[in-house]
Amino acid sequence: MAEDYVSLLADLKENEVLKLTRKRLDAGEEAMSILNDSRKAMEIVGKRFTDGEYFLPELVYSGELLKEITEMVKPHLSQSAAKVKRLGKVVIGTVAGDIHDIGLNIVDFVLDVNGFEVYNLGVDVPAEKFVAKVKETGAPILGLSGFLTPAFDAMKETVEALEAAGLREKVKIMIGGGQIDDAVRKYAKADAYGKDAMAAVSLAKEWIGAK
Amino acid sequence: MKLDRRWEELTPEEKREERFKRWLSAPDVNFISPEAREGYRARVTRIIKAIKLEIPDRVPCQIPTGSFPAYYCGLDLKTVVYDYEALRRAWLKFALDFDSDTVGGAGFIFGGRVYELLDYKLFKWPGHGLPDDASMVQFVEAEYMKSDEYDAFINNPADFMLRYILPRTWGAFSPLAKLPPMNSFLGIAFLMLEAASRPDFRPMFKAIKEANKERARWLNVITEISQTILEAGYPSEGGGMALAPFDTIADMLRGTRGAVTDMYRQPEKLLEAMERLIPLSLQSATESANMALSPTVFIPMHKGDDTFMSDKQFEKFYWPSFRKLLLGLINEGLVPTMVVDGSYNRRLEYIKDLPKASVVWVFEKTDMARAKRVLGGHACIGGNITGSLLRIGTPEDVKKYCRWLIDTCAPGGGYILTLGASIDKCNPDNLHAIVDTAKQYGVYK
Repeated sequence: MAEDYVSLLADLKENEVLKLTRKRLDAGEEAMSILNDSRKAMEIVGKRFTDGEYFLPELVYSGELLKEITEMVKPHLSQSAAKVKRLGKVVIGTVAGDIHDIGLNIVDFVLDVNGFEVYNLGVDVPAEKFVAKVKETGAPILGLSGFLTPAFDAMKETVEALEAAGLREKVKIMIGGGQIDDAVRKYAKADAYGKDAMAAVSLAKEWIGAK
Repeated sequence: MKLDRRWEELTPEEKREERFKRWLSAPDVNFISPEAREGYRARVTRIIKAIKLEIPDRVPCQIPTGSFPAYYCGLDLKTVVYDYEALRRAWLKFALDFDSDTVGGAGFIFGGRVYELLDYKLFKWPGHGLPDDASMVQFVEAEYMKSDEYDAFINNPADFMLRYILPRTWGAFSPLAKLPPMNSFLGIAFLMLEAASRPDFRPMFKAIKEANKERARWLNVITEISQTILEAGYPSEGGGMALAPFDTIADMLRGTRGAVTDMYRQPEKLLEAMERLIPLSLQSATESANMALSPTVFIPMHKGDDTFMSDKQFEKFYWPSFRKLLLGLINEGLVPTMVVDGSYNRRLEYIKDLPKASVVWVFEKTDMARAKRVLGGHACIGGNITGSLLRIGTPEDVKKYCRWLIDTCAPGGGYILTLGASIDKCNPDNLHAIVDTAKQYGVYK
């Protein structure tokens, strides 16, 4: 049943997977094991995205399915449910003055399903807020997103704010989004430019020393 | 002359020739000098030849205005959104200082007060939801149409726009949500009368009245700017405007999240709604183009790019309805001009499936060598000067890249040197570098 469940969800069969969730709950199964299966399915979704089989619609839709499953399972979740072990922390957000979040949320999703603990600060995030979150979490990786040309300066200012706070040496910074390219990476003094969400995963893994 | 024949009887080619002739002759324009008239004719001729895949005297170049004129003039976006005289000053200075082959008017710099009076919710701009120093207007995407409202839209789009979308996107029009359906032919007049007498509708009428007064002030300036630019010999950037049906749904109605989940949950409804949009978009784009001199129809393209959907999804959800819209525009003798965000490397073979020399594709990040290989000899292309190059590069970098673009894309004609997206701030010399390269390096021998 568990394997079916994983593949049904990875194949985005909404009706079947929700029916099966209900059935498993009714049969008294551990809520946590359903969530673990969901996580496995999301890993497959992330892999298919990386392989160019899935695109934005599949990521968004699978996110919707996961939300529905979590809603169903939540009331059955015991307080003592163990936390999943994570590879490392990543702070992400769209820089000040920019309110675009489609790319940001994709990066959030793929980092999450690849085992990272993601702190998504949302859009129009001022430099100080990035600094505060990096300080608070001790995250070794920061991802800055931006769609428009004004983001170039906002990224640069964010990097400089980290320098001023004495945190620059402790954090690797990746940037990406609409008009961003490697020239912007140099301009903003970031460590890497990722041309798509898959790049965010490989960069994060590389930086954290994971395979 | 075929002018005595009815418009409907003309072939698409004949209609387009009529439109080109009118664009070129600019019948009602009082040019400021014979040189301005000559300059205008030379510029329009260059663009027309590029569209037709013929060889012009040199590569045409276009600098889309964006919010750049404001910063070039030492002002900022916030100032020109609220101060129409500043807007006029900035746009005229830009138009005359940069010798671009087309110059956009200022119509897309909306009057900030007008939108405030009507409480427009789709845009954020400096001083209104964005910090004062923000240099671009930003779009607020949401599910303005709910997932269960497709039938209401499909059955009566005008009624749906009036009673659902308008009240949700313009605060001042929120009372319209209380109106009953606009279905009875006789009843509509009385509905209007009744609405006018209701106290909860009064703020709406007041807002319309005030916004209209303010808009008239704005429109006066916009019209004068366009006229002055034209009389100085610079053709305008475009005539009409349209969106691909999928983008209309994903940008304006359902939002990206809504539209892409509909691909799975209710694909038939999504397809039906897009089909429904084709004649409506066709009509509004044609009407707006008919009022302008230029027969081009500007179509910004957003959510069909290489990363937004798979080839299969593009084949099913993006291309068929969009292609129908394009064929409709071409049939009217218009020239659809697509500005394609992101990359279209995997889309080039699809989009080749249109009549030869009928459209213009302006790409942002698409591989231009590949674009030329696939579309060369078939459709006019341009673009790919990026915001990053203009913001961060030197004039020498820009020249070098423009020379590469010309070497790669210009041979055989069908090429316009232009930006892949509009720009807010950059070194003005970077824009001069584009025009200079077109003039010096882009000459066809």
